[in-house]
Parts: sequence; C-alpha cells; structure tokens
Amino acid sequence: MSAAEARRTLPELVEEAQRVLAICNACRYCEGYCAVFPTLQRRLSFTESDIHYLANLCHNCGSCLYACQYAPPHEFQLNFPRLLAQVRRESWRKYAWPGFLARAFDANGLVTSLATAASLAFMLLFAALLDGPARLFAAWSDAQGSFYAVIPHDAMVAVFGTVSAFVLVALVAGFARFWADTGEGRIGLEAAEPATGALGDALTLKYLDGGGDGCTYPDDTPSFARRRFHHLTFYGFMLCFAATSTATVYHYVLGLKAPYPFWSLPVLLGTVGGIGLLAGPAGLLWLKWRRDPMLADPDQKGMEAGFLALLLLTSLTGLALLAFRETRAMGMLLVAHLGVVLALFVTMPYGKFVHGLYRFAALVRFHLERRRPPPATAPE
Amino acid sequence: MDSTRTWDVLVLGGGNAALCAALTAREAGATVLLLESAPFAYRGGNSRHTRNMRTMHEGPLDVLTDAYPEEEYWQDLLKVTGGLTDERLARMTIRQTERHVPWMKAHGVRFQAPLGGTLHLSRTNAFFLGGGKALMNAYYRAAAAMGVEIAYETEVVGLALEGRGIDSVTVDCKGERRAIRARAVVVAAGGFESNLEWLREAWGPPADNFIVRGTPYNMGKVLKLLLDQGARRVSDPTQGHCVAIDARSPRYDGGIVTRVDAVSLGIVVNRDAQRFYDEGEDFWPKRYAIWGRLVAGQPGQIGYSIIDAKSMGKFMPPVFPPEKADSVRELAGKLGVDAQALERTIAEYNAAVRPGTFDHTIQDDCRTEGLVPPKTHWARTIDTPPFYAYPLRPGITFTYLGVAVDERARMILQDDRPAANVWAAGEIMAGNILGKGYLAGIGMAIGTTFGRIAGEEAARHVRG
Repeated sequence: MSAAEARRTLPELVEEAQRVLAICNACRYCEGYCAVFPTLQRRLSFTESDIHYLANLCHNCGSCLYACQYAPPHEFQLNFPRLLAQVRRESWRKYAWPGFLARAFDANGLVTSLATAASLAFMLLFAALLDGPARLFAAWSDAQGSFYAVIPHDAMVAVFGTVSAFVLVALVAGFARFWADTGEGRIGLEAAEPATGALGDALTLKYLDGGGDGCTYPDDTPSFARRRFHHLTFYGFMLCFAATSTATVYHYVLGLKAPYPFWSLPVLLGTVGGIGLLAGPAGLLWLKWRRDPMLADPDQKGMEAGFLALLLLTSLTGLALLAFRETRAMGMLLVAHLGVVLALFVTMPYGKFVHGLYRFAALVRFHLERRRPPPATAPE
Repeated sequence: MDSTRTWDVLVLGGGNAALCAALTAREAGATVLLLESAPFAYRGGNSRHTRNMRTMHEGPLDVLTDAYPEEEYWQDLLKVTGGLTDERLARMTIRQTERHVPWMKAHGVRFQAPLGGTLHLSRTNAFFLGGGKALMNAYYRAAAAMGVEIAYETEVVGLALEGRGIDSVTVDCKGERRAIRARAVVVAAGGFESNLEWLREAWGPPADNFIVRGTPYNMGKVLKLLLDQGARRVSDPTQGHCVAIDARSPRYDGGIVTRVDAVSLGIVVNRDAQRFYDEGEDFWPKRYAIWGRLVAGQPGQIGYSIIDAKSMGKFMPPVFPPEKADSVRELAGKLGVDAQALERTIAEYNAAVRPGTFDHTIQDDCRTEGLVPPKTHWARTIDTPPFYAYPLRPGITFTYLGVAVDERARMILQDDRPAANVWAAGEIMAGNILGKGYLAGIGMAIGTTFGRIAGEEAARHVRG
C-alpha cells in the first residue's frame, strides 16, 4: 500500500476488516499480545460497531504485524495495525460532535496548523485591543501582576472558560455516541470494576508492552521507549493541568495573584510537567520519524505530528514564559503560550487527542465483557 | 557473505532447527554462516507457521500446567506412529524437551498461557507468544546480536560428500554462483514438501490435488543431494504430516487458518457422497493428522465435512465461509455431488444414530449402530437446516523422507557409520522419529533438540 493510494471509505474499511478478522479469528496466534485478540475471539462475525470497538482497543504496538505469517508480501496481505489505525480515524469522524466539525479529521495537519495560526493571531489581537500594544512590550516585575497587566484575568477566564466548556461538551458527546453504538446500555454502578480496570490499563499503558518485552515500535525490536515517552507526555500534561488547577485555587480561594514564585506549587508542578511535556512529545516525534512505515496509516502523519507539535509548543512556550517573565519578552511569550494552549484546546475534540477518550471507552467495554462467560465453543 | 574464508560451522537452512544449531555453535565459539534460501520476509521455513512445542515436564514448568512425564509422551508418540519410530532417539528427544523452555527464553522467545480453544493443550504444549514467526524473529535477532552471519536468498545447488565429509558447498546467491568452505556442516534445510514434482513422483497423479500448507521454499534440494551421495535414508516419500484442510486454500503457505475443525461434529463424505471413516473416533487434536491421508485416498482427493445448524459456531471458526443450503439436495448441488446419493447417505446415518447425551468435551455416548463405517462419538442426526459443508483436501505440512541420524545428530551414511563432519536437524531428519502420523508440537521438539545437539557437536568438532 502506498501513501498515494486513495483513502478508503468506512464501508470499504469495514469490509476489509471483516476479511482480516476472519483470518485472525481462525489463526489466533496473537492472542497473548493485547486485549484486541481475546475480544475478537469472543465473536464469530463482526458488525461495524464491533470493528470500531476493536480499532479503538488497539494501541498500535505493532507486535501482531511482525508475528503475522500473513503480513505482506503474503497473498493474504494482512496488515492489522494499519487497518485498525485507518478505522480509528473513521470512528473519530463518526462519533465527533457536532458532526459537521468531523471534517477536521480529513486534513488534520492542515486544520491544526490553521487553528494554531488563528489562535495565535486571536490572542495577539485580543491582547493588543484590550490594553494597547505598548503593554505587550513593556518589562514587568512579578510584583506588578505581570500576566494580568498584559491580558486581564477576567478576559483570560472568559476565553478559556468558554472554550473549555465547549471542548468538554464535545468530548462527552463523542464518548456518549461511541458508547451508544456499542449496545452496552447505560454504564451503572455495576461498571465500577470495569471502569477502574480500564483506568488502570490506561494509566499504566498496559497494552504497550507487546505481551512482556515491550512493543515492536518503531521497528521489530521490542522496546519500552514508546511507553516511556507516552508516560512522560501524559503525566507531564496532567502535571501542567494540576498546575493550572492549583493556580485557580490560589487565585480564588487564597486570593493570591499570578505570577507565583518559582517554589510555589503551581510553578513547581508546571515546571516538572513542562519538562515531561517537552521530553515526551519530542521522544514520540523522534520514534514516529523512525517508525516502520508498514505500521502506520501514512495519511495520518499530519494529525499525529500536529498534535505532538502542539503539546511540545505548549511546554516550550510555558517554560520560556517562566524563564523570561521579568523581561520585555514576557508579553509576547504570554501571548504565544496562551495562543498555543488555545489551539490545543480547540483542536482537542477533532484531532489525535481523542484517541485517549475512545481507547478508554473501549477498555471499559473490554473489562465489562471479560466478566461474562466466554461464548461456548467446543474444543478444537 | 565472505566466500574466501573457511567457516567453522556452515548451517544449511533458516528454520527453527537451523537457528538453534547456529546459536549453539556460535555460543561455543565457532564462526557460523547460515544460508537461508528464502527472502527475508519468508525466512524461517515452516517454523514461521508453528505455534507450540510439545514439552515433557515432571511438574508445572513455566506456562505448562501439571505434569507430562516421559512415559506418557512416549506412549502418545507410539500411538500416532503405530510403532514406526526409533525408541532411543524418541526418548532422548522427549527428555531433552524439558531443558528447552529456559534456553529458548534466554534467546528471546516468549511463551504464553493458551487462551481460546486450545486449553486442552496447556499441559502438553508450550505456546509461543505470537506464534512461530515471532519465535523465529527472536532467534534471528539473537543470532545477529552474537555475530552469526546470515545470508538470505542463498540456495545450495551442489555439495560433495567426499571422504565421508563435506568441505564445501556450491550456492546460488541471488543469481550468483559461489563456493563456500566450512569445517563442519549442519543440514537443517527441511523436507521436500514444496516440491510438487517430487510429490508427484511419490504419490502419482493424486499429488496434483495436494495443497502445501507451509513454506514454498522447502524444495528438498539438500535432502536430494545428500541421499544421492550416500546418506542413509529414513521413512518413505509418501509419509508426512498431512492434514485435511479447506480445499479453497492457497496452493502454498496457507498455514494454520486453512484448518477445518468441524469434522468430529458431523460427517465427512467423498466425491461420491459416501462416508469413509469414523469421524468421531477420538478428539480432533488427536485425529486431525490422519485426515489428510484419508482424503488423499479418496477419488479426486476431495472430501466434504457436513454439519447442520446444531453444530454451527461450536468449533474454531474457519477462514472460508461454508457452503450453506436449506436442504441436503440443495447442498449437494452446491458441492457438485450426487444429490440422491447424499440424501441416502445422510438418511442412513441419521437412522443409525442412537440416542445419547451430547458432550463435545468428553468422548460421549452419541454413536451410530449398524453403520459402516461407524461414528463412535458425537454422532447427532443431521436434520436441522440450514446445512453447511466445508470442502477438504490433503494439506501437506512436511514430509518425513530424510537422512538417518544418531543420538549425537550425526548424519549416518549407507554403511551405517556417521559422516565425518555433517550433522542433521529438523524436518530433514524428523523421519527418524516420525515414521508416520503426527503429534501436535513434536516437530518443534525434534527441531530444537537436534538443532541444539548438532550445533554443539559441530562446534566441538572444529574447536575441540
């Protein structure tokens, strides 16, 4: 398959997945690698909804491709990880809310770039119009409440509060639409164990272990590199999120105004998180660069790189802001940082970020199913 | 590949036995060159299609549950081979399997507890995580890391057994002919199962209807060269691991997914709509290996496994969809067999089925009475539409014709004495232990055992 090959539509992908799954289900050699194979082995036939479920359960670790006796050049031309990657994007398109924004998944690299440019421009104009360009280039001391001198606190809250609320609604709606399609019904209290099980799998990236030695990524040598860089990215992101949350508490509960001193909790969390969010995405981009092209959907490079680049820019601008906050560069760095964060937020429901959302939903379903007795089949 | 030097150990072949020999010899300090005739993507011979190794163990061992003692293993082997085996070599192999699991793990192979559909094998067979191709990838990685030289797309086209030994072999390396010199040679180049011409020589016209389940690269060239030049032969060219597989499988390399596991749940008829063997004789894993020869013995080398709606979904899902019909007559039409004959066969069978309690997990009491051949277990009437059929053909996995070896894996010559510097491992000598029949996972047991011994002995020969 070449990059130039026309993108397959969802019905075409479903048909191809049904062909491939019939082979996988008759083979079953990969059953020890991850959650996908025990899940497919519970079924004899596969609906479109099953295929979305399996695709989002797949972590694209690549182990099954290298183990596959039917992988190209075999005439069966079986490339399970790439196929599931292609289905995944169609899932994200299908369940995205509101529906018309799902088109953002088509040329996602471009969309992300434009969103970033627009967000930066917006922040710049916003700051300039609110307070006049002069304030942007002045040097402020921390004691003067430098950030809010450039962009007033209420204005910042208004912009990010609105965007966050929208993003949250969009993500919840996407999750709900995906879940409705699984036919599992409402998740009630009885689903506590599946939810905690799924959370455990997600937080530890259990299925980026290739069954024990690490996943075959970026090539056929098992390695934990990807899991480690993903951990740095995820926990770095969460620490940055925690930094923002504690800062909110400082502001509203303790009445303390930013910027906070370096040894304060928000800054410490943000610094450690920022370093993780620098090293993690950089490592993932480096791995992606070296990745065996067989493993990937060449069409999604832009989306993957775009998301990682935004994460990287978030930490880069954040740390730069920390370093230069008492210089004349502060104003522009603040604008850049907030612009990048705004771009990250607005593209969240319509880019690579949602992999975590649907992966988690699929893992919850996996843990639900696992508690049910396996469908009866006779011994071979 | 440096063809000016003389290698300590030259390994012919690139499957499990070859890699076990190469790794062992290299670890003993020998310089090793391994010649694989297949390209990189198809390396590993039939080992890339395997899944597990039958392993003796006195108590729980790694992923293996309970115990599988030597005597039980030996009795299982004795049963399938009908005594056509070499007890000394067989028992030696069985005993050696116990020490393989840790050795394999040390070389990067990973094992897994079997999950779906193969639980009954968790006691006797150690399953490779990801199957045989993953195992071969691990061995090739280990070999590269320790400096085994590997040449792909390099086929042996000539060798001379002179003065009881081999000093050099002639190879075709991507179209270029070269001579390679070595002090010791391990032959682990497989059987001749991919060689349709040779199969036809052995079987006659029926061979045209055989499907080769494994690699297309086992042409038996090394085997033929050795037999022509004085190696003692074992077994005969019609013997092999041959199972009944879906007739719609690709000519080569279809592997595991071509299996049809519905046989013991229904009946099997030939082209003339006649039954020809007891489908319920024993559990399928113990009988699957005889059905290839059974179908090979039928006119046109074709059979049809027929079940009804009661059995659908009660066996491992085959890769090809079954023929499906609402009546036996319609099904016969789809299969191209005589409708009246099929209706009669099924009516006779249904009339002979005695009442019983169906249980596919045990040898139940559902059987026929007064029917020839009988169906002794899991016999239920075939009367609930829709009816389903899977066409079957003989699927050759590997052939048993080979070179004789002794307990030190030395190749034996026609004078019954070992060659001076030639060792054999894997399919090319499996016929020493497998005269006929097959026991799931024993191919890898033989290959690993003789591969390791051959590598060790070859290295000792050159390094002293």
